[in-house]
Amino acid sequence: METIRIEKKMKTNTEKQHEIVSAEFMPDENFSTKRKVMNKIETKNVHCWYGDFHVLRDVTIAIEPNTVTALIGPSGCGKSTYLRAFNRMNDLIDGFKLEGDVLIDGKNIYDKQMHVNELRKNVGMVFQKPNPFPKSIYENVAYGLRVNGINDKKVIDETVERSLKQAALWNEVKDNLHKNALGLSGGQQQRLCIARAIAIQPSVILMDEATSALDPISTGKIEDLIAELKKDYTIMIVTHNMQQAVRVSDKTAFFFLGDMVEYNNTKEIFNNPQQEHTRNYVGGRFG
Amino acid sequence: MNNEDIKTLKNNSFKVWAVFATSIGLVMLGILLVKIGMDGMHRISMQFFTSLPSRRAEEAGIFTAWVGTLWIMGTTALIAIPVGIGAGIYLEEYSKKGWWSSFLEINISNLAGVPSIIYGLLGLEVFVRLLHMGESILAGSFTLALLILPIVIVSTRESIKAVPKTLREASYALGASKWQTVWMQVLPAAAGGVMTGIILALSRAIGETAPLIVVGALTYVPFTPKSVFDSFTVLPIQIFNWVSRPQAEFLVNAAAGIIVLVAITIVMNGSAVLLRNRWQKNVKW
Amino acid sequence: MNTKEKIIEWLLFACAALCVLTTLGIIAVLAIQSVQFFSEVPLKDFLTDTQWTPLFADKHFGILPLLSGTFLTTIIAITIALPIGLTTAIYLSEYASKTFRSTVKPVLEILAAIPTVVYGYFALTVVTPFLQIFFPSLSGFNAISPGIVMGLMIVPLISSLSEDALYAVPKSLREGAYALGSSKLQTAFRVLIPAASSGIIVSIILAVSRALGETMIVAIAAGQQPRLTLDPRVPIETVTTYIVQVSGGDVPHGSLEYKTIFSAGLSLFVITLILNNISFFVKKKYREQYE
Repeated sequence: METIRIEKKMKTNTEKQHEIVSAEFMPDENFSTKRKVMNKIETKNVHCWYGDFHVLRDVTIAIEPNTVTALIGPSGCGKSTYLRAFNRMNDLIDGFKLEGDVLIDGKNIYDKQMHVNELRKNVGMVFQKPNPFPKSIYENVAYGLRVNGINDKKVIDETVERSLKQAALWNEVKDNLHKNALGLSGGQQQRLCIARAIAIQPSVILMDEATSALDPISTGKIEDLIAELKKDYTIMIVTHNMQQAVRVSDKTAFFFLGDMVEYNNTKEIFNNPQQEHTRNYVGGRFG
Repeated sequence: MNNEDIKTLKNNSFKVWAVFATSIGLVMLGILLVKIGMDGMHRISMQFFTSLPSRRAEEAGIFTAWVGTLWIMGTTALIAIPVGIGAGIYLEEYSKKGWWSSFLEINISNLAGVPSIIYGLLGLEVFVRLLHMGESILAGSFTLALLILPIVIVSTRESIKAVPKTLREASYALGASKWQTVWMQVLPAAAGGVMTGIILALSRAIGETAPLIVVGALTYVPFTPKSVFDSFTVLPIQIFNWVSRPQAEFLVNAAAGIIVLVAITIVMNGSAVLLRNRWQKNVKW
Repeated sequence: MNTKEKIIEWLLFACAALCVLTTLGIIAVLAIQSVQFFSEVPLKDFLTDTQWTPLFADKHFGILPLLSGTFLTTIIAITIALPIGLTTAIYLSEYASKTFRSTVKPVLEILAAIPTVVYGYFALTVVTPFLQIFFPSLSGFNAISPGIVMGLMIVPLISSLSEDALYAVPKSLREGAYALGSSKLQTAFRVLIPAASSGIIVSIILAVSRALGETMIVAIAAGQQPRLTLDPRVPIETVTTYIVQVSGGDVPHGSLEYKTIFSAGLSLFVITLILNNISFFVKKKYREQYE
């Protein structure tokens, strides 16, 4: 069963690779000029600390644009820290320290000249637990625009509709846009959070165990969505669910105790792991 | 009687005492309300609210007193609310853990425990004399604002602390700045608690008498203030003045004034409790 | 954009720093005036003289009568408030139903919120005449009646903080006690109160500090006669009443009489500051215990 699904996804993925070019020319006058085609992201010799605790050691990965990369590994292996290094979310934690280079389109995002708010506009994030703002559905999606100084109602209206459509939520909420987002179901809330993230047209989307709090049906919807979003975005997910990594990702990186043990095509990682630790983990021998 | 019987007896007698102890405060409140009602209710009339103070008890009213109270409360709120919320935000969202933040914390905790009359002495020297505000509404309001500041700060901090971290993360992840996050997400989410604290703080300020006497609020003001630089009296001082007179007729006026003051206090505290309950019910993260 | 953020952070910082300025201001004001006061009145006289008569021709500046008045009313208040407050706390946290609790607590809070000038009136016109029925020798102004009223006023202070402390005692401790066959009462007094003792101590210290600084009740009902006595039946004067008395009168700024209110205020401030700091550190310690 599993393999069949993988092959199916792989096929659609290759199909979509061909569509990338046309996807860049989506009919959106307001944002198309802002969109950049290249979103290559990579880390070189990245080390991270929380106080004295060395959580990530010497991680070097290069990620191609418009792919889905899964970060897997047992709890406490540093995969979430690694994910959050790309939008500098770790900076919010006292005592966090990073060494090495985190590059997006060749620019080190930890440079002094880098505005962290600008960076976060370019790198969207979806969290483990759905965390909509206690405001209306509309305002949730509009927030990212408002904090970026966009107040033109027409632009916001269009963006809200487009984002909700892209997040496959539009049909469910279009008549209730001004209802409080906390009234939505968990799965709907998470799709709203995705819509909120893509409303500001990031080039990278980070998902930190975005489906772990959801039921299987909602999880399925979000996985379909990830496959769809790959056309426009470079996506990185952290997941505890190995089947999910197999289903949605092109590449997988396995982390263990702060080390990036192995990074390869997802198929290779799961069918033909090179490292002992990886083999044990994907074989379910610890977790 | 065996051991168990003694245990039960003790337990039951404690229960009787406990019910008495719990209710004695309420009983006193009841007696107090009945007493002021009996003493002062017949004095409550339009004339009482619209008359100036007078040497003759039956002609005297609380016009200057309640107008003064309004002025003082308005000005105090204008000073204490932004400063108190600002300080609360700073302590909860901006200041890093360290000697400075613990120093601020112990400092605020101490200020909350300083007797109100000491604030009066501070206001007398700093606002009335040093800053030349004179015995004005402005001086009184600054004094009261400093007095209630710890209450506003503490309640602001508690409500901000209750806002989940995930909300901040979501906002930061969308590229919002720190202030945008605080102003557009954290503060609205904490608004109920902050409001409750403000109402309680203002209700405390309305009843404060001693510090205003020290900064020179007058007991006899034959006119209503026109600006914050005018001298003033307030409701509790007017009551104190009437209570202190030897003639019994003035006690009736005092009781009537107390009815007004207690009504304001109960309404304010009641609405704070309602607001708090409603807010707690609405928030479901 | 970044400058705006910086400016805002500085403004917020200024708001917080105002608290430090307030503390410094209080200390400076009290200290400066008191230093001037003590340049005219020897500290020894201030601390040992048994009379306080700055407003009379024969001037004495002994703070003891004012302090004795302050402590007398406070002791009476705590004697009333402690057993009632603690019992209320135990009853609400261990015995009472949830609905009872949620109705009684806000009403008790109102008790603490009523302006003290109202309680002064109550002490003067209700409690004193009532006590005079039993003790005809009781004078119209006395320490006992404002003390009792003040005690009832601070009951909510003790009961609510103590209840929080009792509530924070882990459930396992209660279950352990019940499992050994102890009654609710035994559990409350032998297990819960000792376990919650630091929280209860904090509540008592805060209540004492509040009673020491209370002004209007004593100003209205305790009299204005500084007297070194522990007799609760006669008029006395507290530190706070004295400050009100002088402020209400026409004492010229800069005179020695004017400075007395600051030296009296300083005595009160020092005492309450010590109490508040003790409670702050006890509170900090027991928070650490549970967290």
